[in-house]
Amino acid sequence: MSDLEHFHGEEPIGSVDGIDVVSGKQVFPMGPHEPRRADIDPKAAKRAERQVATMFVLATVLILGFVVVYVKVPTTKLVAFPIVGTASLSNVLLGTLFGLGMFLIGAGAIHWAKKLMPDVEVAEARHEMRSTPTARQEFAAAVKQGAAESGFGERKIIRRTLLGALALFPIPLVVILRDLGPMPGTRLRTTLWGKGVHLVTDPTYRRIRPEDIPIGGLINAVPENLLHKEEEDGNLNERGKASIIIVRMDPADIVSQQGAGWDYQGIVAYSKICTHVGCPISLYQQRTHHLLCPCHQSTFDLSDSGKVVFGPAARRMPQLAITVDADGYLVAQQGFTEPVGPSFWERG
Amino acid sequence: MAISRRHPAALFAVLVVGLATTGVAYAAVTTGSTPQAVAPSQTQVQEGKEIFLQGCSSCHGLAAQGGSDGPSLIGVGAAAVDFQVGTGRMPMAGPGAQAMPKTPVYNEEQIAALAAYVASLGAGPAIPTEDQLKTNEADLAIGGELFRTNCAQCHSFSGRGGALSEGRMAPSLMKSEAKRIYEAMITGPQSMPVFSDKTITPADKQAIIKYIQELQKQENPGGFALGRLGTVTEGLFLFVVGLGALIGIAVWIGAKAK
Amino acid sequence: MSTTHYEDPTTVVGKAATYVDDRLAPAGFMKRLLTKVFPDHWSFMLGEIALYSFIILLLSGTYLTLWFKPSMTEVIYNGSYLPLKGVKMSEAFSSTLNISFDVRGGLLMRQIHHWAALFFVAAVSVHLLRVFFTGAFRKPREINWVIGTGLLTLAILEGFAGYSLPDDLLSGTGLRIAEGIMQAIPLVGTYVAMFLFGGEFPGTDFISRLYSVHILLIPGILLGLVTAHLLMVVYQKHTQFPGPGRTESNVVGYRLLPIYMAKAGGFFFVVFGITTLIAGLVTINPIWLYGPYTPSQITAGSQPDWYIGWLDGAVRVTPNIETSAFGHTISWNILIPALIIPGIMFTALGLYPWIEAWVTGDKREHHLLDRPRNAPTRTALGVMALSFYLILWIAGGNDIIATSFNLSINTLIWSFRIMLFVVPPISFVITKRICLSLQRRDNDKLLHGYETGRILRLPHGEFIEIHEPISVAEAAMILGKSDVPALALPPVVDEQGVKNPKARSSKVRARLSSWYYSENVPVPTAEELQAAREHQEHALHAAGEAGAIEGSSH
Repeated sequence: MSDLEHFHGEEPIGSVDGIDVVSGKQVFPMGPHEPRRADIDPKAAKRAERQVATMFVLATVLILGFVVVYVKVPTTKLVAFPIVGTASLSNVLLGTLFGLGMFLIGAGAIHWAKKLMPDVEVAEARHEMRSTPTARQEFAAAVKQGAAESGFGERKIIRRTLLGALALFPIPLVVILRDLGPMPGTRLRTTLWGKGVHLVTDPTYRRIRPEDIPIGGLINAVPENLLHKEEEDGNLNERGKASIIIVRMDPADIVSQQGAGWDYQGIVAYSKICTHVGCPISLYQQRTHHLLCPCHQSTFDLSDSGKVVFGPAARRMPQLAITVDADGYLVAQQGFTEPVGPSFWERG
Repeated sequence: MAISRRHPAALFAVLVVGLATTGVAYAAVTTGSTPQAVAPSQTQVQEGKEIFLQGCSSCHGLAAQGGSDGPSLIGVGAAAVDFQVGTGRMPMAGPGAQAMPKTPVYNEEQIAALAAYVASLGAGPAIPTEDQLKTNEADLAIGGELFRTNCAQCHSFSGRGGALSEGRMAPSLMKSEAKRIYEAMITGPQSMPVFSDKTITPADKQAIIKYIQELQKQENPGGFALGRLGTVTEGLFLFVVGLGALIGIAVWIGAKAK
Repeated sequence: MSTTHYEDPTTVVGKAATYVDDRLAPAGFMKRLLTKVFPDHWSFMLGEIALYSFIILLLSGTYLTLWFKPSMTEVIYNGSYLPLKGVKMSEAFSSTLNISFDVRGGLLMRQIHHWAALFFVAAVSVHLLRVFFTGAFRKPREINWVIGTGLLTLAILEGFAGYSLPDDLLSGTGLRIAEGIMQAIPLVGTYVAMFLFGGEFPGTDFISRLYSVHILLIPGILLGLVTAHLLMVVYQKHTQFPGPGRTESNVVGYRLLPIYMAKAGGFFFVVFGITTLIAGLVTINPIWLYGPYTPSQITAGSQPDWYIGWLDGAVRVTPNIETSAFGHTISWNILIPALIIPGIMFTALGLYPWIEAWVTGDKREHHLLDRPRNAPTRTALGVMALSFYLILWIAGGNDIIATSFNLSINTLIWSFRIMLFVVPPISFVITKRICLSLQRRDNDKLLHGYETGRILRLPHGEFIEIHEPISVAEAAMILGKSDVPALALPPVVDEQGVKNPKARSSKVRARLSSWYYSENVPVPTAEELQAAREHQEHALHAAGEAGAIEGSSH
């Protein structure tokens, strides 16, 4: 009898007198096999066979249906379905046809195994995980001999110089990555803002007059020189630092600012970039003057120097000092006086 | 002396008949077009004041100057009243974090009167006209850009609302009418900031409204949208329905067949 | 057995097999493989879900690479989706829109890929829980456990990289947060961020760099690790639950050919089918609604995919601790939740087999699994860690919870902060208690059988309830519990009076060991079982004699 066959009622493999030789626990022999309906009743077997075959045939039909739908149904057609709602007809049909088709192939195979293939449990012996002592000895001996033959042990100069060279070998692989990017430099400390730069609406790039902003008003804004710079650079880096929000409140409501006279008649401008990890914030609640970041719920009080009143941000929102130019449009008095956005090691 | 066969009042009668005829004819010709921005009559303002004193002054003050329970209404404009009272947010049932829209307490005429009264207290945004709400010229794509820059941060990318601080919410826009959207933008109700017509022009606003209406169509090419709540509901669906189904089938595979 | 006479086959398949065997001699190996026995339990198929999801990802991913353009170059969209017509966006986003709206079956491919990714990480996680709670990581499977931890970590990174490729507003926000976290690393943070992004955020390099990581680097490593993982399972053979006929030296189940080929092969099609069905009916990642990424836009309700949710939650609940000294800033509010806590958790996870082995002193091979109740300390530790993880996960969705249930986000965050400290220890205690109770109940069943609810009145007036003895299969399951004694406290000095250099660590170890096994309920001894059996027989005998008087209760 091969070690793969096991007759029910006999001593289980790995046990002696009903005790597991390894763990010492009591082991019961397997109970008698309970036959399934298909094992004893040929009609039940035939029924199961028909069920499996039906599933496979249905799968075939559905999969062919996929091809038909692919050819006939355009991608843009939307149809109202029950429960699912208004969806792409193509997507719904392709997905259900292929999906159900594959499901039926799988279900058919499983049904076949469960009902018709033998379900007599068999046992296979495990072999011990460790190698035999002989194998271990031979391995150790082979390694010892090979090492001795190589001379790695006695020839100290060869060994040391080899290790030295190998240790340095990865260096070019690391050095060559230097040009992945530039050194940080002053990049994180500078933005496009400077004295006289106009504040314009985002994304419509219109200059702003103070009288256009009512109390409680909010404007998402960018510096006027952003448009040109973005075209020049071909990236959104400056936008990621220079985006601001402008809000207007009753001057009597301003508790404090980051500098005297940085507002203009109750209009204040703050950086939009959260000082936590950099999400842009424009959720301004006009009654409380609180700015709420949707990412991690850091909350800043724009009537009180943008200080943090809740949440994981550690630093206040940087304020941009503004005034009006000769034509009556809002301009910056100067750039930001602290780095905008998330903290970093060298920040100070 | 010639005897007049006319009745002494005949001339008078002709004048009256003439006036009445032309008056009726004029009314018949001009009925159907409600003139826009009709200057509220004194009676409408008075009616509004009475309604105000009865239903609003307890929180907003006798002269609408504001109080501990409600802000000043001087300068909020007719649009604010139309929005707040028209959506049923006002009068608020009680002080609380969020003014919830509900069935309006007042009818259209009363709301118009209230609006006229509040408008008389100080210059403020007027109720948007039909022309201001027309979206057929509006650019859907620009509307989307404007929406994502100015609205999505509170109302979410799908317009289904979002959380504010201390239990307040930016409500869902899925059932909002064009007029209400416009009014909300120009009046800045409750926590919402004000988006004046100078910085977000009427054309901008129409584009935004058009985009919101597009969102309201609830067209989801990929199928059931799980509330358009993003990855949270996707994850819930995955574990409850998806993994649940697969584990269920695994149990079926491992179960002894009969 | 006599050797049967072998004749070369004449069928086409037979000839093909002969051809291969003449060159590679796989006959012996293939025979052993095809007749291999695998045990049958539904919880052993969780790893299969992960494997099949991985295959689906490879397949659907390859298809997507045929249409996706991993470039941040700005283009103007001119495809079928009207609300974005004329809008400036990256080529990556534009090509994703193209796949979704102008490639037939494209949206299906995208959704299959994304749903399969969610399934992949979910299945790996649930499979990890099964392996943990059944102690399948013990010797000789520790290395496989470490490979598994590596697979989980890589799967999470791979998923993050993948859903960031379309460069949409939601995933771009996630990249912004990732860059902010990188920047916060002390000493090297700004350099790491600049180097990875080729400059400031967002730059123009990141999507294409992410692409090669996502389609080549990580899948290659995953493929290698998955292969090693499976080879080890095949070589060491799968573990099994204790039961009739099952010992530490055998595997009881069904053979690969034909049963497992049919069941496992069928399950592959089922997983693929259900994934595709869901992809046809349920929207995932509707990037056209999020819009193209720009660093001046954001949406309320910004969450990452579910498997990053716990990190998002951790970042939300951490208070705003930041220290700066001598011109340098350390952002503890970012380092703790984003780097330190996950670092500790993954390291502890990877090292757990050795931690447990050190505490228990158990050096034996284990091929029979523990029922979770039979390892109460391990199970309780697992539930404690899981509760910590789940609280963080739920905290990641706090603003969605707030809008759905009309709650305050501020109150929610404070609640989660408190729950993080209060819930895990409580769940430890409760879980341990439940496990010990279940062990006592098992013993009770073993000794006294099931309560049938049938009450019998004996002639002398005593009421007894008839107990049905448990089945052989259940007895085998209960008795399969391994009793391991706690480690003895080592002597501080040996016979010669020499002080034991490892005295202190051994003492710690012994204390931990006795805590680990504290209150363990031992399996009834043979004598106790015998006594109980006799008592049972006596009662049944008496009941049989009484015969007529029998009441029944529901």
